[in-house]
Amino acid sequence: MTSFTLNGKPVTSQAEADTPLLWVIRDEFKLKGTKFGCGIAQCGACTVHVDGAPLRSCSAPVSSVAGQSITTIEGLDPEGRHPLQIAWVEAQVPQCGYCQSGQIMQAADLLRRKPDASDDEIVQHMTGNLCRCMSYTRIMKAVRLAADHLNNGAGGAA
Amino acid sequence: MNPKKSQTLPAKESRAEADGWALTRRSFMVGSLAGGLVMGFGGLTAARSARAELAAHNFSPVVWFEMEPDGTTWVNIAKAEMGQHVGTALARIVADELGVAWKHVRIRHVDSDPKWGYMVTGGSWSVFTSFAMLSRAGAAGRTVLLEQGAKLLGAAPGNCTVADSEVRCGDQSISYSDIIARGDTDRVFTAEELEALPIKPASERRLIGTRAMALDIPAKTDGSARYGIDVELDGMVYARPVLPPTRYGSSVVAVDESAAKDVRGYQGHHVITDPSSTLQGWVMALADSQWGAIKAADALNVEWNAGPTAGVSEQDLLAEGERLASQSGSGTLFVNEGDVDSARSGAAHTVEATYRTSSVLHFHLEPVNATVEERDGVWHVHTGNQWQSLIIPLLAQALEVEDSQVVMHQYYLGGGFGRRLFGDYALPAALTAKALGRPVKAVFTREDDARFDCIRSPSVCRLSASLDSDNRLTGIEHAIAAGWPTLSMAPGFMGEGVDGKGQFDPFSANGADHWYTVPNHRVRAINNDLAQRTFLPGWLRSVGPGWINFGVESFMDEVAHATGRDPIDFRLDLLDATGRNAGSAPNSVGGASRLANVLRRVREKSGWGGELAADEGLGVATGYGQERNMPTWIGCVARVRVDRESGVVKVSDIYLDFDCGTVVHPDGALAQAEGSALWGLSMALHEGTAIEKGQVAARNLDRYSPLRLADVPRLHIDFVDSTEFPVGLGEPAVSVVGPAVANAIFAAVGVRMRDLPIRPDAIKAALLATA
Repeated sequence: MTSFTLNGKPVTSQAEADTPLLWVIRDEFKLKGTKFGCGIAQCGACTVHVDGAPLRSCSAPVSSVAGQSITTIEGLDPEGRHPLQIAWVEAQVPQCGYCQSGQIMQAADLLRRKPDASDDEIVQHMTGNLCRCMSYTRIMKAVRLAADHLNNGAGGAA
Repeated sequence: MNPKKSQTLPAKESRAEADGWALTRRSFMVGSLAGGLVMGFGGLTAARSARAELAAHNFSPVVWFEMEPDGTTWVNIAKAEMGQHVGTALARIVADELGVAWKHVRIRHVDSDPKWGYMVTGGSWSVFTSFAMLSRAGAAGRTVLLEQGAKLLGAAPGNCTVADSEVRCGDQSISYSDIIARGDTDRVFTAEELEALPIKPASERRLIGTRAMALDIPAKTDGSARYGIDVELDGMVYARPVLPPTRYGSSVVAVDESAAKDVRGYQGHHVITDPSSTLQGWVMALADSQWGAIKAADALNVEWNAGPTAGVSEQDLLAEGERLASQSGSGTLFVNEGDVDSARSGAAHTVEATYRTSSVLHFHLEPVNATVEERDGVWHVHTGNQWQSLIIPLLAQALEVEDSQVVMHQYYLGGGFGRRLFGDYALPAALTAKALGRPVKAVFTREDDARFDCIRSPSVCRLSASLDSDNRLTGIEHAIAAGWPTLSMAPGFMGEGVDGKGQFDPFSANGADHWYTVPNHRVRAINNDLAQRTFLPGWLRSVGPGWINFGVESFMDEVAHATGRDPIDFRLDLLDATGRNAGSAPNSVGGASRLANVLRRVREKSGWGGELAADEGLGVATGYGQERNMPTWIGCVARVRVDRESGVVKVSDIYLDFDCGTVVHPDGALAQAEGSALWGLSMALHEGTAIEKGQVAARNLDRYSPLRLADVPRLHIDFVDSTEFPVGLGEPAVSVVGPAVANAIFAAVGVRMRDLPIRPDAIKAALLATA
């Protein structure tokens, strides 16, 4: 048994300690927005936040997040209107969409820590997330859009 | 042993069925039903009323749509959504002709009920094969609404117009919902009446060609989009396959489950017996969770008798391809223009080259999976799939039931790229569900998925050119050898050789029947039988042209350089749009002149002939998409810089110009162009594996490395403004980027790379050899 916080609610998983967090989120707590891609932490489709930092949930045993706070794509914004989600629609980023929960969660970490990130910093931060449809130019555009929105919304403060 | 599947389609009718319109020469019905208005293609007779036929569900439409009392218009989509926003494009074609406001339009992805007609999504066909039919269906609906609205307004139909879900006459108007509320519509159009209906001129289109937000995108930003892997059924068992050592001919000798019994939630294993012989030597590990099934499959110790191809390597396959391609007269004639042998014997010079491509994985990010249950004698198969009409007969054969007892439920596809054209991945769940008598969810791990992939076959293109004493190209002989997807999976789609001797896979030959005017031209399509026996060759995004055009366009470059010509001037001279290259209505109006046009446009915008840095080069390629009958005209220039020390190629810019006729959904078209161009680059420089011991060697991202964000060049993409018939866009750009990059490498540092993928080590070796 492992207790942790999932999208703001305390939960207790009955899964075996070595079960990857991904399967606990998807199959025990029925949040299907986090995806299984490679299983070896190299595609990023399973990215969630642990205490705000991105984590590849396919390769993290559930026991490793005991007592921590997990956020999934479903919990990123209560209305699904996080600036990145708005930008993702505005830039028409998703094609098949399968990687996009992970892309958005990965990008949210950068925007929170460094809303004035340069293009090079965006590339470095996002290049570990595979998009098989290769919507890459739009991912760049959307992160830029959201960053600009945040900066302007905050009166240009970085 | 023989990988051939049972014949699933009548050979002659199959393509026509897939094309849709040919089989929809039937009546179209518009009738009031349950407070709304239903429209669909009906039976072959129009004797009864539309309302009676529709009420009795007595129709087999390829497409239909419904209007609710409030005017909400549901367009039923029988195509798979795998990232191309196909529902948005198809709905806009209907809605434009129907005159319905876009805000009233909803789409619904449907199951595999035969009433929807033949179901396949691939080949970049969707808009091309649906456009005429959907336009006429929309026009029929508009005609009925306009006539009824005019009557209610007391006006002559000829004085009325429709727009934004209203019929208008002078300053009067009546909404579609008010017309529908009258509930007395009952109208049948014969096939002939339907074809005679006026279709909007391009100048009056309001939705086609204008920007639209794709209807599937919002759900793909908040985690709510549902894919096959997200399906859960009450009482289901989780399963993961233990794959045999070869695709064909392996059998299970013994299963030792002692270690698996230590896995929590282990529920035993099942050795599959498959009456369709698709799965040979498969074991399924069962558990009460996905993680349990994953661990149990690893823990099962299975002993097999391996099939006969357990020792085959990539080198064996390529060597066999080269051996076959170099045999004169081998294969089936796909093109035979003029007299290649005479051109050869009269040649002053010849140029010859052989091009090869390695095994390529689909690597769709959602591993293949299916969840299956039987209810009341009907097998419900939940999975994302591109070709339901192909796999249902095979599922029925495996389950030993009638086709009508298998229903496929559609979900978003986490990538298709051709892998999900063949639904063999639904068989393990189906057969296990049958054996256990309860629902089964079978999910492949990434490594399982790679091993079971129907890869793009290793391929060989051998080309030879004859030139006269003035260096004019007089003839080309082209031999193409690969494993043939269509032979194993859809034999009804095989083509007949032009000399009537034998069959060939058109999807492994398209791209060789190019639009360059060469007086003597012969193409031999050759099946690599060793490939066919070792693995299941697959249709992979851009299929034949994806590797054949690498050969053709690399070779055109070599011949241009061999004769001292500029590679673009050389091509333009051959794109003279004469004879069979003049084109024909409606699909290829203008013929090769449109290819010449995009080539000139891309020459202009790429700065061709301008100054270059050291070790920088520009390379060109053209393409015409997937099929000669459905040409998407493309000109491409790549700008690269080669690091001589490391052999690393940096692609800084890709310039692309498309003429695909009418562009229905411009932003969706651009997205497809971007994605397919980057796929072309990925397969040119980054992707490729090898068959080792009968199976693919690279099974996950630790060894297989598709293009990442940091590798993305600047893309300069434009579309020719056109009102010609719309063709396809999902794949075509894949086929031009590889040869453009290889040609640019030659321009940059003078080495000719003839194998894909192009690895830094190969460039270093080639540079060393020329030093």
